[in-house]
Amino acid sequence: MCLAIPAELISINGADAQVSLGGVRKTVSLALVDDVAVGDYVLIHVGYALNKISPEEAQKTLELFGQAGMLEGGATEEDMLGGEAL
Amino acid sequence: MKYVDEFRDQRQARAIAAAIAREAKGERHYRVMEFCGGHTHAIFRYGVQGLMPGNVEFVHGPGCPVCVLPVGRLDEAMQMVERHDVILCTYGDMMRVPGGKRRSLMQVKADGADIRMVYSTQDALKVARENPERQVVFFAIGFETTTPPTAVAMKQAQAEGLRNFSVFCNHVLTPPALGAILNAETPIDVDAFLGPSHVSTVIGSSAYEPFAEKYRKPIVIAGFEPLDVMQSTLMVIRLLNEGRLNLVENEYTRAVTREGNAKAQALVHEVFEPRDSFEWRGLGLIPESALQIRAGFSGFDAERRFPVQAQPVTEAKGCACPEILRGQKKPLDCKLFGTVCTPENPMGSCMVSSEGACAAYWSYGRHCHDQSLRAAR
Repeated sequence: MCLAIPAELISINGADAQVSLGGVRKTVSLALVDDVAVGDYVLIHVGYALNKISPEEAQKTLELFGQAGMLEGGATEEDMLGGEAL
Repeated sequence: MKYVDEFRDQRQARAIAAAIAREAKGERHYRVMEFCGGHTHAIFRYGVQGLMPGNVEFVHGPGCPVCVLPVGRLDEAMQMVERHDVILCTYGDMMRVPGGKRRSLMQVKADGADIRMVYSTQDALKVARENPERQVVFFAIGFETTTPPTAVAMKQAQAEGLRNFSVFCNHVLTPPALGAILNAETPIDVDAFLGPSHVSTVIGSSAYEPFAEKYRKPIVIAGFEPLDVMQSTLMVIRLLNEGRLNLVENEYTRAVTREGNAKAQALVHEVFEPRDSFEWRGLGLIPESALQIRAGFSGFDAERRFPVQAQPVTEAKGCACPEILRGQKKPLDCKLFGTVCTPENPMGSCMVSSEGACAAYWSYGRHCHDQSLRAAR
């Protein structure tokens, strides 16, 4: 129920915006967010942009994931080959 | 998709799993309650439990709004359609949930009632604009994530003078539910929590700080992607190992701040106020755990406009949902699970939505795995 999907803002038209959801265009409401611009990624929930996604913070989290692997001494070759989406 | 695929990467998952196996101390057991149905769903769908060492256990929490909505409220929504002849707009999640007489909105619709499945509150407003001669009720359910869109629609209806639109408000609040679980008569046997992701984008991670402080159980705000869940679990294990029990940490920093979304909070506050008490299916009455519509918006309050009164509903005998929602039992401990109670014919609240613990167990074959484990013992 609380699921929200990241989507890129393609165009803004007043209180509404067009987003690209995995290639599909959809109109969403911007009534709940301030300071968004075309090119920003937002979380979409029941037709509303809920929040802007911070690219810097996303990068930091991905680096944290990477650190877990480095402590282990790097992923194995087998892991590298199997490095696909779960 | 950006911000999705990289948080589902298999190689990273193995690396985090290895870190968890390394850091989880062999001499102790870690019981971690994931609060949200979204987490439960991710844990089963991506096999996250299977990547954990044997002493790290997920306990499924009550964070599924469809699951915890009392059957009586669904019956009242049906009464609005059947007695007051309104058009009922609802999110798809509610369509298949059986009411008191075992009838779902889907069946009521098939019998001729005007029930429309909508994706957004904007769609419900559109139905009202297109049907000026009919009354349109939006069946509002959901946690803090889903409440702001309802508030926006009500403000819009007021501004437009849309007199044939109203809201049947069933919005509930997560912190009081967390408090109810922690404060239960039978103390809850979990060490830490994975905190809500999208609820927290709205209310902020600070909302959970009093609970971690008071009950000394750390809470890590966790995203819904599998790597988010795993990384958060690693963070929880570190907090427990280091004895830093009164802390709230945030793994989902790309979307959650300590303060949350102030604009959304202000809109919700303008339209809604706390209810004295609200019943949660499986958890019972919890004080100040839900919202009602403020007097200033009473013209848009379906409960005031269309009087309804549901009969008390007795839950199926033997259903273990109340214990499951409190983390005291697992779906397999329920004798109804998978026998009379299945997603096609759900008897209890944890089976009615795909985010419920029982439905997730059933859908992703977890029950087979657990049964084989039991047989092996």
